[in-house]
Amino acid sequence: MSDELAIRLRGAVKRYGQITAVDHLDLDVPLGTCVGLLGPNGAGKSTTMRLLTAQAIADEGEIEVLGFQLPEESKAARAQCGVTPQLDNLDVTLTVEQNLLVFAHLYRIGRHDRHDAIERALEISNLVDRRDSRVDKLSGGMRRRLLIARALIHRPRLVLLDEPTVGLDPQVRQQLWALIDQMRSEGTTILMSTHYIEEAQRLADTVLIMSHGQCAARGRPADLVRELAGDEVLEVYGPPPRLAEVEADAASAGLKTRRTGTSVSILGVNGFKGYEGQRRAANLEDVFVLLTGEEIT
Amino acid sequence: MATAARTAKIGRLERPALTGVLVREVVNFSSYWRSATFSSTVEPTIYLLAFGFGFGSLVSTINGVDYVEWVGTGTVATAVLFSSAFAAMFGTFVKYQFQRTYDAIMAAPVDTEELVTAEVIWIATRAGVYGCVPMVVAIFFGLDPVWGMLTVPFIAWLSGLGWACFGIMVAGFAKSFENFNYVVSAVLTPLFLVAGTFFPLDGFPDWMQVLAKLNPLYHTVQLVRDAVLYGFGWADFFSVVYLVGFGLLLWRVAIIAMTRKLID
Repeated sequence: MSDELAIRLRGAVKRYGQITAVDHLDLDVPLGTCVGLLGPNGAGKSTTMRLLTAQAIADEGEIEVLGFQLPEESKAARAQCGVTPQLDNLDVTLTVEQNLLVFAHLYRIGRHDRHDAIERALEISNLVDRRDSRVDKLSGGMRRRLLIARALIHRPRLVLLDEPTVGLDPQVRQQLWALIDQMRSEGTTILMSTHYIEEAQRLADTVLIMSHGQCAARGRPADLVRELAGDEVLEVYGPPPRLAEVEADAASAGLKTRRTGTSVSILGVNGFKGYEGQRRAANLEDVFVLLTGEEIT
Repeated sequence: MATAARTAKIGRLERPALTGVLVREVVNFSSYWRSATFSSTVEPTIYLLAFGFGFGSLVSTINGVDYVEWVGTGTVATAVLFSSAFAAMFGTFVKYQFQRTYDAIMAAPVDTEELVTAEVIWIATRAGVYGCVPMVVAIFFGLDPVWGMLTVPFIAWLSGLGWACFGIMVAGFAKSFENFNYVVSAVLTPLFLVAGTFFPLDGFPDWMQVLAKLNPLYHTVQLVRDAVLYGFGWADFFSVVYLVGFGLLLWRVAIIAMTRKLID
């Protein structure tokens, strides 16, 4: 893994009136890695993504993408980036191939390389057979794949994926994960925002957990879980008074807890035998809720 | 600190960026050219036929030419207005508000100045073609073909450039489709009526004639009539300069408006 950085944010702040969407955020994305921005809706993930394409201008702080200072040199940076937005912005009356053709021009692919670039993008996205289909005739999963193919058409060094699998069924999500994993294995640097725990855990080398525009924690998913939630979690079920009692006892024993609907999860219970309950491995969601008090879907 | 290799310096108004946006428009046009062509040409043609034959039965000639010929050349400006200002207003608003097309384009190496410029060039080019339709129709009703007609697409293009900038500017400042009603009723309709398209402005009070001559559509009408009916003179040079100034001024304002709209 290279020590060079594809993305470097220092003290980035973005305000919309009274709301601070991104609040003194520091972010490093080393070249060749996949970094996950994890957080609930409204955490500032999409705004961070827009800051990186200079579609939002930071009120404070420094932003550097692939060695280019933003916003001054954003166009040069964007020439080497691919962006998959959270909201579908394909040209729906055009065919799959026409959409790719337009972006082959926008990303300045030379006339002689354009055909090969489009073929490669169609193959990556497994849309070769649908090249002549209008976008409004495609399924949601196909449209997502096309968005990713569009972002990859010029072989970018950095890919920004904003909630790449939001709203898709599990089967399609798995297909997209395979596609993202392939990009990662080919050495493309990826910054991916998501509010799906499993997605971050499976794909990201490191994650940055965001809450209210700030960084709540960062590190390798397994390290974060081990450091902050321990190896094992005990879930104790019962009526609310019983759960309150369990929480109080755990706190007096120096253990961290989180409410999970009808149960209390006691974190870091390795060897703790105080209660009957279900034991399970700790996960990133435990870490997130512990740090921010917010549930993630 | 990143030390990634840098590409060649990227400047302003680059041809690849303009080409990219134009290619998108051309490819898209293949999917909606019928409706666009219909709306941009039929309405001015109806004006031509209605006024030409309606008023034409009451007024045989104006300034030495048949009324149908006079209106046939004047409605070129109407066709330009309809195919540029209206297309720019509604098209731009739809593309940033509903289709989010501009979000996609701005994630590529294209800036607002290039985006607006390419859109304006495309809309003006369409206006240059559509603007000629009433003149061609008028030929079938007695307008004599002359070499000067070959300049009309360029006049329509130049005028369309300014009106496309106007439309994009309005869309850039608009918060909803409803805002366009104020612009159409309070700005475009009066300008359309006092451009000298359907009647000469000589009957207006002096102060109103002065105001009417600030109307870019008036200069479009004058240029087209001189190209087709009367021959060019020095006044036409002033009209060209006026349309260039109109376009340049609104081009900058349109860029400012769209930058505010597209970049948070």
